[in-house]
Amino acid sequence: MSTETHTPTEDGEPMSEAELEARIAELEEKIAGLETELGDDRKKMTIVATKGSLDMAYPPLILASTAAAFGWEVIVFHTFWGLDILHEEKSKKLKLSALGNPNMPMPNALAALPGMDSMATRMMQKRIDDNGTATIEELIDVSLESGVELQACQMTVELMEYDEDDFYEGVTTGVGAATALQHMAESDVQLLI
Amino acid sequence: MSSKPTATETLDVKGQSCPMPIVKTKQAIDDLEAGDVLEVVATDSGSMSDIRGWADGTDGVELLEQVEEDELYIHYVEKTA
Repeated sequence: MSTETHTPTEDGEPMSEAELEARIAELEEKIAGLETELGDDRKKMTIVATKGSLDMAYPPLILASTAAAFGWEVIVFHTFWGLDILHEEKSKKLKLSALGNPNMPMPNALAALPGMDSMATRMMQKRIDDNGTATIEELIDVSLESGVELQACQMTVELMEYDEDDFYEGVTTGVGAATALQHMAESDVQLLI
Repeated sequence: MSSKPTATETLDVKGQSCPMPIVKTKQAIDDLEAGDVLEVVATDSGSMSDIRGWADGTDGVELLEQVEEDELYIHYVEKTA
């Protein structure tokens, strides 16, 4: 057998048979490790939910519950106002802002008046009801039922002075940025909403 | 009119909109046996694209047929595994 087919070592010398065997064993081990890593071929998605207005509460939950229906592993990390989505009481009273919202059919000077946010919220809520759109509570329920992990960022839970008991049953607490990053690094899809 | 597959179960998601038709379809499929066919009756026009996308992207299910009649969107999904 010609030595030309042997992989040269760094110094350019051809590898001995023993060295080659060792190298093969090393690579086989590496492949086995990679195969184990790839063994779980489920897609994974991590969403960071930072907003707590009525309109911004929907996208994370719609995507999360749909991804779970695809069989994906899904984590939604809720932080800052995003915590209100997990807050059992507050989640039922999320509001829409009329001010600074260019899609609202009113000038900002009017939108800044007292009661305008409530009016905008009522309009949106009516559309949600008329359209058969699920409520936030329903989406939370189906998400948890289908295995979505809803996480409440510990630092902001304390910052907002929320109590763990304020959240829906099944919400994961006691997690921080490191946990979120770890999930993001392992995910096929990462979204900040 | 194409011939409709014979359904084992029917899921009624009339009046419900995205993402509920998909989420409920997935839950109903989970309760079926391999070889069973689920008929999903929806009023959400988006379900035509969504159910197809879901079935394509999900192992163990096959979309057999989609029928649009009288403002209803009817999907036939077989649980293959």
